Amino acid sequence: MKEFFVIAIAVMIFVVIFQISKASEYVSVLKGEETTRKQNNKINGFLMISFLILGLIGVWICNEWYYPKTLTPQGAASLEGEKIDLMLNITIGITGVVFIITQVLLFWFSYKYQEKDGRKAFYFPHNNKLELLWTTIPALALTVLVVFGLKYWFKMTSEPPLTTIVNGVEKKTTLVEITGHQFGWEMRYPGKDGVLGKKNFKLYNTPSGNTLGVDFNDPASLDDIHVSSDMHIPVGIPVKLVINSMDVIHDVGLVHFRMKMDAVPGIPTTLWFTPKYTTEEMKKRTGNPDFVYEISCDQMCGKGHFSMRGTIVVESEADYNKWLASQKPEYYTLFPDKDPSKMNQAKDSASANKQLAQVSIAEKK
Amino acid sequence: MSSAVSLQQASHTGHDVDHGHEHHQSFISKYIFSQDHKTIAKQFLITGIIWAIIGGLFSVLFRLQLGFPDTTFPFLEDLLGHWAKGGKISPEFYYALVTMHGTILVFFVLTAGLSGTFANFLIPLQIGARDMASPLLNMLSYWFFFLASVIMMSSLFTQTGPASGGWTIYPPLSALGDASMGSKIGMDLWLMAMAMFIISSLLGGLNYITTILNMRTKGMSMTRLPLTIWALFFTAVLGVLSFPVLFSGVILLLFDRHLGTSFFLSDIVVAGKILPNEGGSAILFQHLFWFLGHPEVYIIILPTMGIASEVMSINARKPIFGYMAMVASLFAICILAFLVWAHHMFVTGMNPFVGSVFVLLTLLIAVPSAIKVFNWLTTLWRGNIRFTPGMLFSIGFVSMFISGGLTGIFLGNSALDIHLHDTYFNIAHFHIVMGVAGMFGMFAGIYHWFPKMFGRYLNNTLAYIHFWVTMVGAYFIFWPMYYEGLAGMPRRYYDYANWESFKMFGGLNEFISVVAIIVFATQLLFVVNFFYSIWKGRKVTTLNPWNANTLEWTTPIKPGHGNWVGEIPEVHRWPYDYSKDGQDFIPQDVPVGENETRH
Repeated sequence: MKEFFVIAIAVMIFVVIFQISKASEYVSVLKGEETTRKQNNKINGFLMISFLILGLIGVWICNEWYYPKTLTPQGAASLEGEKIDLMLNITIGITGVVFIITQVLLFWFSYKYQEKDGRKAFYFPHNNKLELLWTTIPALALTVLVVFGLKYWFKMTSEPPLTTIVNGVEKKTTLVEITGHQFGWEMRYPGKDGVLGKKNFKLYNTPSGNTLGVDFNDPASLDDIHVSSDMHIPVGIPVKLVINSMDVIHDVGLVHFRMKMDAVPGIPTTLWFTPKYTTEEMKKRTGNPDFVYEISCDQMCGKGHFSMRGTIVVESEADYNKWLASQKPEYYTLFPDKDPSKMNQAKDSASANKQLAQVSIAEKK
Repeated sequence: MSSAVSLQQASHTGHDVDHGHEHHQSFISKYIFSQDHKTIAKQFLITGIIWAIIGGLFSVLFRLQLGFPDTTFPFLEDLLGHWAKGGKISPEFYYALVTMHGTILVFFVLTAGLSGTFANFLIPLQIGARDMASPLLNMLSYWFFFLASVIMMSSLFTQTGPASGGWTIYPPLSALGDASMGSKIGMDLWLMAMAMFIISSLLGGLNYITTILNMRTKGMSMTRLPLTIWALFFTAVLGVLSFPVLFSGVILLLFDRHLGTSFFLSDIVVAGKILPNEGGSAILFQHLFWFLGHPEVYIIILPTMGIASEVMSINARKPIFGYMAMVASLFAICILAFLVWAHHMFVTGMNPFVGSVFVLLTLLIAVPSAIKVFNWLTTLWRGNIRFTPGMLFSIGFVSMFISGGLTGIFLGNSALDIHLHDTYFNIAHFHIVMGVAGMFGMFAGIYHWFPKMFGRYLNNTLAYIHFWVTMVGAYFIFWPMYYEGLAGMPRRYYDYANWESFKMFGGLNEFISVVAIIVFATQLLFVVNFFYSIWKGRKVTTLNPWNANTLEWTTPIKPGHGNWVGEIPEVHRWPYDYSKDGQDFIPQDVPVGENETRH
């Protein structure tokens, strides 16, 4: 019933506007079309300058309201992201000046040079100097932006440093593999050997539960850790993500770190960044006790796209190591009889299985 | 010879126009399978308007979900059945709406509806030709478009729904029925419709190029062409060279879907099933798609640039400033359009060096764009401006082109694109610079040439309401989206409630949705004005209501097939002699006087 009212009112407004507009046509015939045209011209000229003034005020208000919500004031949470924020500000500055100059000229000219009796338009077909001027100035401004942009682009897309010196101690870059699937994220850590085991999508679910298709014939995979909940990373040390997808294209979007990279099935991609603040520090910085680093899927991937949410816990290196130590390699989860903590209970069968595993590795080789 | 004399001549020949040699045509050959370029233009325009209403309505539906994610609208269930159980649009259908909105507006409205209308209508009239080089191909061009429309429309009524993988239909999502409902029969229909669409576009484009190059009237050298024709010419070149690449992508995707090939598929486990495909590249499709997809945005914006230039010059009563620079910048944009496609793919893991080349070429486009903007501004400077509805929309076009174009500098710079890619920043950017500016250019063209098309005027008051509400509304809708995008809010999300990082924009989304509904209703006002005025509008009584210089205004008020009765006028000058030597305007067919200054 409510909808009927809404529709009826909308239709009525419609009809009223239409009838008034039609009537205005008859009025203009009565008043003389030329007179009406000139009146309309004045009204529109006035609206042009009003639009300019109100529009600029509107842009300012919009900025006051929403800029604080853009995360830019609170700053990027990674060293590389700070570069992006700097570039963002430079670009906003340059384009902002151009925006204001051109919009002001556009509406001011429209207002100032509206048709008036006795005014003659100025025949001004071209002027090479002027045209040269506004070819070179944009070209120069863009050169600055391109140079800045490419400098950071090459830095961000290069390989991460293998090690970084933090407070005089050499730290290895953290390596994490992240795999997208409809609709969630899986993390894999390389374990003590620092190498991620091979994968083959044809091994999916062999054995049952091997959702990433890890090849356990690769010795490097035996200590790999599979995590389906939060991704944990240590603060202050570069982290490299190796990005995969099981099915369609996804995208690892890390809004606080200002990072993003597609997850493409069959073509692994990488990104790296250096987290600057732990999750706890960010809670204080943002004043939001619920703050959490989120992984958003930024490439349309199906009906659950909007719910493909992952989270990252950034913590001190000590906490990270403690967490990592508490995780069990996937190999032991999938082959419980290989688990050394259960070795004593089933020593015989385990050693038999180990022999089998070695045989199969030898066969592979 | 003065302009008055030429007007008299034209009106003299206009007497015996009304039906001329056309009276023997039946209804079907005159209005349905017509080979008259003007009728075909109207067919494109009206089909485009119908599509625009559907596409706009879809955006209203998904804006309802975005603005009011917690509210149920029982009428939606009545309207959409199982797609909106309990009055809430399902995620599947939400994505179908988003996909179809993009497809419809980009291809069916702003490509076919825009180029189809104005290229067909203006090219013969403005270059002084009786019709297109091949009226038959021209007619086929419309009917392939019609076929594409029917197929695309039918996909809306399938059990599993229309395509829902985004208008860019990236595989594997679009290739695998198991990955998404919309990738079942809906996707096949989408691909077939696009194949038909591409054929239509090629038939049209080849015809436009041939006509412009070969059928100009005596004296109409290339440098005397109105900018609309130049713009439509480069648009046709873009379309002819880039659409076939999308065609190949469409065909290969059909092969992957049905013939077991692996062009775009590799290493996939979907719905628990291991697929046999190996060795394909999902990224390859993106290259094929964007090799059309990027020129496509210029296919949309170039004609509107031409229209805006023409309308602004006429209504400022001044020559367009820097004609040669305007043509050169159109040409530069046309060339660069082919060299920047991968800037849509900065975050696909592409080689960073390749990426850097695309950054450079992309930002180069800002130079010809800047030239155009400053030339438009100078055209207004010291003019004597008449705010006809066409002029208002042209000024609005320039404003939108600036507001949307400048943010392209952010997105084209790969390092910044990492943060902004696929966020609302991107949505705001391309909607303002391509969607709104494109529509504004199209409106400018419709308001300006409606008297030539139908021999009647549109209602001015409605036009003013239409312009101002749309202008303010478009900024209300899209400007705040820049801020959502700066916050990294991803596009194509059905609901943001569970996201700590994005949920603070709920109130803003609600506001945007309300404005979107008002703006949509205002467009309906335009549609009513359009169809009402075709039959009931104020009649045009003079040959040249805008006092314009171009040739279409030398034809009778309602030109028949063949356009001119008697000889086609000869052209003696460029089309922008406004306010020259103390004369308000000097049409192109007026010979150059002996004492006239040369520009």
